[in-house]
Amino acid sequence: MAEGVEKRRLYPRYVVLHSPVVRITHWLNALAIIVMIGSGWRIYDQEPLFGFTFPKWMTLGGQPEISQHWHNEEGLAGALQWHFAAMWLLFASLTVYLVYGLVSGHFRRSLLPVRPRAVVRNLLAALHGRLAHNVGERNAVQKGMYIGVISVILLTVLSGLSIWKPVQFQELTSLFGGYDVARYVHFFGMAAIVLFLAVHLLLTLLVPKVLPPMITGRARNWR
Amino acid sequence: MSTIRKPDRRTLLKGGFSLGALAMLTGCDVTDNEPVQRVLWNMSWWNDRVQGWLSNPSRLAPTYSESAVDRVFRYNAFYPEDQAPQLDAASYKLELSGAIRDKRPWRVDQLYQLPQSSQITRHVCVEGWSRIGKWGGCPLRIFLERIEADLTAKYVGFICADGYYTSIEMPTALHPQTIMAFTFADQVLPRKFGYPMKIRIPTKLGFKNPKFVVALSVTNNYPGGFWEDYGYNWFSGS
Repeated sequence: MAEGVEKRRLYPRYVVLHSPVVRITHWLNALAIIVMIGSGWRIYDQEPLFGFTFPKWMTLGGQPEISQHWHNEEGLAGALQWHFAAMWLLFASLTVYLVYGLVSGHFRRSLLPVRPRAVVRNLLAALHGRLAHNVGERNAVQKGMYIGVISVILLTVLSGLSIWKPVQFQELTSLFGGYDVARYVHFFGMAAIVLFLAVHLLLTLLVPKVLPPMITGRARNWR
Repeated sequence: MSTIRKPDRRTLLKGGFSLGALAMLTGCDVTDNEPVQRVLWNMSWWNDRVQGWLSNPSRLAPTYSESAVDRVFRYNAFYPEDQAPQLDAASYKLELSGAIRDKRPWRVDQLYQLPQSSQITRHVCVEGWSRIGKWGGCPLRIFLERIEADLTAKYVGFICADGYYTSIEMPTALHPQTIMAFTFADQVLPRKFGYPMKIRIPTKLGFKNPKFVVALSVTNNYPGGFWEDYGYNWFSGS
């Protein structure tokens, strides 16, 4: 009995992987970003930058026939409403996440340091299917990916602000090279986030045991 | 009130559990719900307030050189170009109403007598495109002072010859770059761009720049707008 308690203390059954703040903001950020991407695609379709549009069913903003009833057009208004509503969710959730990450030392502990040599080594190992994936430990490639996507999200937010307010935030807009260039930056930022999401979801499918800890916070201690 | 349709099973299956399908699941179905619409409209109303706080009334829109002006300016309205109202200077009248002391209507030649200035600014459309143009006319502020409008009122509303209407808050009406435009590209304002008078507001999105303005009112009662009443953000400041 006493031995068992001792053992439990030395080798707890569960380890805490993600703090509540990280978990909650992860899912809120995810929701906000997915809504902003879906509605952003509909907004893009109204005035495409390139020779393609997103199929309506992939976008967010209401069905065209119903939108006709609400908005007298095929769904730009609905998409804009979603985009500028989810903006607040993203703003709140991202701010909490970033402040927490910086203040608590979460970023320092989990995302740093990233050594270029380690990134190359891990990448090669991953391509050969030999990269060890331990729950709760991030390899150099992952660290690079997370730092990259956080930076891209910030860039996309800033370019978005400079499109939304090219008069009030005109310094920011000109930093991006003007209104028209900022639209392209915003688009490519979105594209990079979508690419990240694809890889992120694919890896979660390949290593499903990483999913439950992002919900419960805990992972079984295998030691 | 409206028929709310769910995405049919086939499209749903076809999409698979991709990001797109996720967007659709949360999307079409959800957007078209009346309670969701209510939340979205309330968020838009909240955005009006935030933009009101955020907008510095003395902040000027960037201006450009003559060489930056787009030679071919884009036409945009809810009807084709050839259906644009054709107003006659001889019979045109700008009607005034609301919190204005001198409500006598204005003729075109009287408007042309007002002090004129010009600006080269960027017209940004809610759809995403933008064009740089040159407009000339009288700052709305000067006109509002001339007609002895109550400058402490909340809104200035505009009614157009094509049935369009919109409104702005007083700080924007008094903004130095908000003008009653009578010229475009140094020519008399063309019919398709709102002859004889449009309100040019470079600190607002394009649809807040009414053309063919035939009536102006100063009021404390929210006048709304054509697209605004269909769910487009009312403030829509740039």
